[in-house]
Amino acid sequence: MADKIKITVQRYRPEQDREPWDQSFEVEYTRETSLLEALNSIKDTQEPTLSFRWSCRMAICGSCGMMVNGVPKLACKTFLRDYAGQEMRIEPLANFPVERDLVVDLSDFIEKLERIKPYIIPKKGESQPGEQREYIQTPAQLEKYRQFSMCINCGICYAACPQYKLNKEFLGPAALTLIYRYNEDSRDGGKEERMKLVNQDTGVWSCSFVGYCSECCPKGVDPASAIQLGKVESAKDYLISMFKKKGE
Amino acid sequence: MDVVKADVAIVGAGGSGLRAAIAAAELNPDLKVALISKVYPMRSHTVAAEGGAAGVVRDDDSLDYHFHDTVAGGDWLCEQDVVDYFVHNTTRELYQLEHWGCPWSRKPDGRINVRPFGGMKVPRTWFAADKTGFHMLHTLFQTSTKYKSIIRYDEHFVLDLLVRDNQVYGVVTLDMQNGVVRMIQAKSVIIATGGSNRCYRFNTNGGIVTGDGMALAYRHGVPLRDMEFVQYHPTGLPGCGILMTEGCRGEGGVLTNKDGYRYLQDYGLGPETPLGQPKSKYMELGPRDRVSQAFWQEQQKGRTIKTHLGDVVNLDLRHLGADYLEERLPFICELARAYVGVDPVKEPVPVRPTVHYTMGGIETNGRTGTRIAGLYAAGECASVGIHGANRLGSNSLVETVVFGRVAGEEAAKFAAENEHTDTAPLTQIAQESLDKALSLVSGERSESVSQIRNEMGDAMEEGIGIYRTDESIRKTIDKLTALKERYRNIKINDQSTIFNTDWLTAIELGFLLGNAEAMAYSALNRTESRGSHQRLDFTERNDEQFLKHSLATYNPDGAPSITYSDVKITKLPPAKRVYGIEAENAEKAAKAAAQNNGGNQ
Repeated sequence: MADKIKITVQRYRPEQDREPWDQSFEVEYTRETSLLEALNSIKDTQEPTLSFRWSCRMAICGSCGMMVNGVPKLACKTFLRDYAGQEMRIEPLANFPVERDLVVDLSDFIEKLERIKPYIIPKKGESQPGEQREYIQTPAQLEKYRQFSMCINCGICYAACPQYKLNKEFLGPAALTLIYRYNEDSRDGGKEERMKLVNQDTGVWSCSFVGYCSECCPKGVDPASAIQLGKVESAKDYLISMFKKKGE
Repeated sequence: MDVVKADVAIVGAGGSGLRAAIAAAELNPDLKVALISKVYPMRSHTVAAEGGAAGVVRDDDSLDYHFHDTVAGGDWLCEQDVVDYFVHNTTRELYQLEHWGCPWSRKPDGRINVRPFGGMKVPRTWFAADKTGFHMLHTLFQTSTKYKSIIRYDEHFVLDLLVRDNQVYGVVTLDMQNGVVRMIQAKSVIIATGGSNRCYRFNTNGGIVTGDGMALAYRHGVPLRDMEFVQYHPTGLPGCGILMTEGCRGEGGVLTNKDGYRYLQDYGLGPETPLGQPKSKYMELGPRDRVSQAFWQEQQKGRTIKTHLGDVVNLDLRHLGADYLEERLPFICELARAYVGVDPVKEPVPVRPTVHYTMGGIETNGRTGTRIAGLYAAGECASVGIHGANRLGSNSLVETVVFGRVAGEEAAKFAAENEHTDTAPLTQIAQESLDKALSLVSGERSESVSQIRNEMGDAMEEGIGIYRTDESIRKTIDKLTALKERYRNIKINDQSTIFNTDWLTAIELGFLLGNAEAMAYSALNRTESRGSHQRLDFTERNDEQFLKHSLATYNPDGAPSITYSDVKITKLPPAKRVYGIEAENAEKAAKAAAQNNGGNQ
């Protein structure tokens, strides 16, 4: 037997609407119904003009981040059964400009990911392995950054971040995590370049360690911990630079 | 209309598109590369590939073995010269990804680790736990940001190719965020848009996998080749169809029916192997077509398990233990817990076959070139000739990088040798394409996009599923013809120019309907059984008549025409396709015969 739930969605169509407005729907659901399936059924049978991003349905493509009763979540990994007896209110991901309905403008976030040099920068003076050879990387070395390579770029941590809300210059959880991921990779030699970004006011020191990003991350990446580890590195960097100055 | 110029335009930014962009940028840094995708690159469906990518690395393995597995696995419908190029280049490409930072799983000594996969004689599947596609895609995307000559057009929906006198001159796109029509003029174009599996209702694929590039090339006269070969993956979750990787079985998972019996031994894949000791080409490590067909047979015999989400069998992983599962198959555990409420550590996972991969696609030569000058295709959207009638698991992820690279280099060379033509006539072609797309939005209409989409998906499942007959295919064809007619009367409610998904899904549905027809007519005319194309009315392989590729050619006024082209056989003549003990015996017999011949080989 299917149960019913009331879902209210914040709508906004830039060409028609001066400001966002609410639209409510009744949706039937079973034990397996995800919020994404509910939104698709609304689009298919009740309101074809509702726009939202989605693709994989399995919490790996990172398309369907949105606010569910004020909490940033992936729609495909949110189940209606967990809201039985309540109402659901769906809004676009917080802290990003709204393009339309549940679609937000992610360009600032994507630009930050690109800015941090998210690729292996070979170590100076060390020869790279040939075409038919790998870098030797032990499971323990892999483990040092593995968790931080799991980010799906959904933007949920930016919607959760109180500092990003206040200051859009802050590099933010996912980008700082990606820096840490490459810095800790035994194949990489680009740490010095990336630490400049980490050490800036808009780097790790902007984080007030609320930890809500890690609480909301749908993939257990734990950006807050990457940032704290980044702070340790940044502090070391600072001390080393002081010593260097003294020795000059 | 906004007009921009590039040298190479790439449509699709998944594994193939990104690899092509990097290859073009590296070969010739002076070229402007436009990388166009209807989503942000990391949303591309490459992201969902789990199990791994094939590349020979072990001492007991060889390129010959990989060649043999692939050609026999494809039931001899592979282009053998292309497979030869493929197996020679897989490992180099996987090392290249390693150098770019892909977090491949390692052996204790820090070298690359490999796992067994279905239909492969020796373990050769590189993996990054069970998120291999995710890590490959993010590695490629992140690495691509290093190249200043790659200019991305994210969330740009390609409405059409600009083709004149059998040469391509670019694409016309819709910038979804800004509601701007942008023509991207280019000297060469690569299509890398993935499969068309959303033709089916029940599949492992993301919503974006709508065969856009296939449809565009097809409408411009490039044949779609071998479209009847659609892969059912044996292990999808019931209801949603989410993939449980073949890596589950590679690591030792087993399939059981309602009696707890490992039924694969009854279908030419046995004898049964001991629990926890997977053996290459035996039982659960059979190829996907055979394993999916065995499910259907069990279902006919009433030996599958009935659930509220349909009939299933059990994928049992419990004997692998919590620690091992957490190391090798963490995503599988996460997905099973979230989407069917089953913890694989404690309970078997319910699974059933689900549509997964389009073996056929845009006809290309071995260097990814099509019949249209300047137009290339790579990855799942293409039929370069390595998968034949059945793709082996872990061959497609590596295909994206091997042939993505080839496409990037070929398109870069073509662009360097050609000049831009006049823009004005192209703008006119672009305007005509736009008008056609816009005509969907206007007028009094009544048909619903989702209704037609669902009816198409159901008809494909029913008529062109794991087993087909003349009758079932014809019924589906009739349905598709009726749906195409109804499609002309489709109602678009949304009149906005910004992120209008009502309109865009309608355009995608048009792509899907055409591709579905190509699948259906190709299936109808192939009156034999081969690989994933199994006919209950023609149960044997018929090499005399059908050791041929099907070519579906678009016809704007009705059904596609189906013709055939030769299959390139170089060193492995067609033979019986066998697995399990039969394969072992065949190999022994071949060795003995070779010795009796004086040991020539």
